[in-house]
Amino acid sequence: MESKEMRAAYADTLVELAATNPEIVVLEADLMRATGTGSFQKAYPDRLVNVGVAEANMVGIASGLSATGKIPFASTFGCFASRRAFDQFFLSANYARLNVKLVGTDPGVTAAYNGGTHMPFEDLALMRTVPGLTIAEPSDPASCAALVRAAAAMYGCVYLRLPRKAAPYLYGSGEKFEFGKSKVLKDGKDLCFVSLGALMAGECLAAAKLLEAEGINAGVIDALSLKPLDSPAILAAARATGRIITAENHQIAGGLGSAVAELLAENSFGGGFARVGVRDLFGEVGTQDYLMKRFGLTAADLARQARAMLGA
Amino acid sequence: MNKTRIGELEGIAREIRMLTIDEIGFLGVGHIGGAMSVVELLTLLYYEHMVVDPAKPRESERDWLVLSKGHAGPTLYATLAHKGFFPREWLHTLNQGGTSLPSHCDRNLTPGVDMTTGSLGQGFSAAVGVALGLLMQGRSSKVFTVIGDGESDEGQVWEAAMFAAHHKLDNLVGFTDYNKQQLDGTTKDILDLESLDEKWRAFGWFTQRVNGHDFASLDEAVRRAKANTGKPSMIVMDTIKGKGCSFAEGLVSNHNMSFGMEEANKAIAILRAETVGGGA
Ligand SMILES: Cc1ncc(C[n+]2csc(CCOP(=O)(O)OP(=O)(O)O)c2C)c(N)n1
Repeated sequence: MESKEMRAAYADTLVELAATNPEIVVLEADLMRATGTGSFQKAYPDRLVNVGVAEANMVGIASGLSATGKIPFASTFGCFASRRAFDQFFLSANYARLNVKLVGTDPGVTAAYNGGTHMPFEDLALMRTVPGLTIAEPSDPASCAALVRAAAAMYGCVYLRLPRKAAPYLYGSGEKFEFGKSKVLKDGKDLCFVSLGALMAGECLAAAKLLEAEGINAGVIDALSLKPLDSPAILAAARATGRIITAENHQIAGGLGSAVAELLAENSFGGGFARVGVRDLFGEVGTQDYLMKRFGLTAADLARQARAMLGA
Repeated sequence: MNKTRIGELEGIAREIRMLTIDEIGFLGVGHIGGAMSVVELLTLLYYEHMVVDPAKPRESERDWLVLSKGHAGPTLYATLAHKGFFPREWLHTLNQGGTSLPSHCDRNLTPGVDMTTGSLGQGFSAAVGVALGLLMQGRSSKVFTVIGDGESDEGQVWEAAMFAAHHKLDNLVGFTDYNKQQLDGTTKDILDLESLDEKWRAFGWFTQRVNGHDFASLDEAVRRAKANTGKPSMIVMDTIKGKGCSFAEGLVSNHNMSFGMEEANKAIAILRAETVGGGA
């Protein structure tokens, strides 16, 4: 399967957008080498602002820039984008009804060797509490590019959660994406996984394959957009299969699992429901593989959950 | 400090530098640049100034070290291992799942680590809090803390700076590892800190500026800082990012590097040759 670095998909799209939209600017907080927007800086040296190691200041500056009509894309590790600059993003950007696109990289276990201090398992939970904020986690380079374009095209704040590593293409170049819309990666009759992000989409597809061999037909929905959530599609899958398992590289509290639980409960869904995600634990250091097992995020964990639900 | 002692400390620093390069090389990737620039400082503190007992890392009468630039954890681990806080074999567990030595410092995992750091700026405030707490308890312990020059971009550093001066925390000795490089480039290009000593002075700190790789001047500055009363102390150290690691020193992009044991061993061999040759 062809793949591309997610950060390259991000940076390439910004370069492409900047060619036709002079208002696009990129902000970095001394992590440009990690985010990979060096290519943008090369193409538009005057439109990349590196504020130094000062995330709160970066988000404040982005807010001010957007008040003048600029369209700022500000990026840093997800832990700092959310925890460190939350008040600035909440107030100066969102409450002030400005137009800041905040990008948090290295979500959850992808922070790997940077360890617990750098491992955001709570960024989505924090962001979901911000009224009106659009939140998405692309699952492949194509959805990444499309959602960056969609973020630039709309007025309003957006939080994008992005791994920087390479991810395989799940979608062709003609595929259309929009905030609030999920994609069906695989149909299934017995249950449906709802995944968020590249890592968990891959694990859900692998879990579905494991289950297939055992005669269990599992579907996979790639949520893509956490807020707004694609409620109609998820509810339809719940009703069609009778069973939903959410999969997120994040705490089960406040993220995708919570959002889907709220949706299902408020719509009196009485079928099977489980959340796969990090269960009230802090991050740790280790390889991504080690951490996936440590926090129970692997295809095997998903398959086990499915079997338990089906009594298989 | 006499010549013999300086020679001894240089020898220890060389060993700690070799241990650190080996530690990161064994893993294959790490923050080598900022790890190398604080080797002399940590050597001097642990072997000349700090009251610590490797057998009792949480001893209440000890001096404290908060490595606010927490990504230099590997140097602190090598220093603590050298000093006997834990076996040197642990160094090869850096960043492995379940390790006691994570890339960024963790007070709950590593014997001798006094504060959890890694989100830049936070350790400095915590060090200020420790200094205040120790004064409130009437203890005579000192608190040493190390920040990076890039880290100094964080507003939190300057909030803590004002607070510490206002509260006359003279049991606090801060160091800025002024290696003139941050992650994306030089501090001059990204966010110029000059004039850094004047900033600290204006914030009410007893401020000195020294060569952070020269034991004699660094030691003298620490002595003066410890004797100083009524103000917190800041020692701005001119340092070199990647110092003493042959393949890293002098590079623009030496913040976080991938390298294996082959490169590590070459760099270690060069340092070892210096030892045999009787020092630099
Ligand atoms: C709050 C925060 N933002 C960003 C980072 C990522 N980061 C780690 S080290 C570093 C550069 C730090 O530069 P400096 O303080 O000069 O360290 P040194 O050059 O001594 O390694 C950055 C941006 C971080 N650890 N914490």
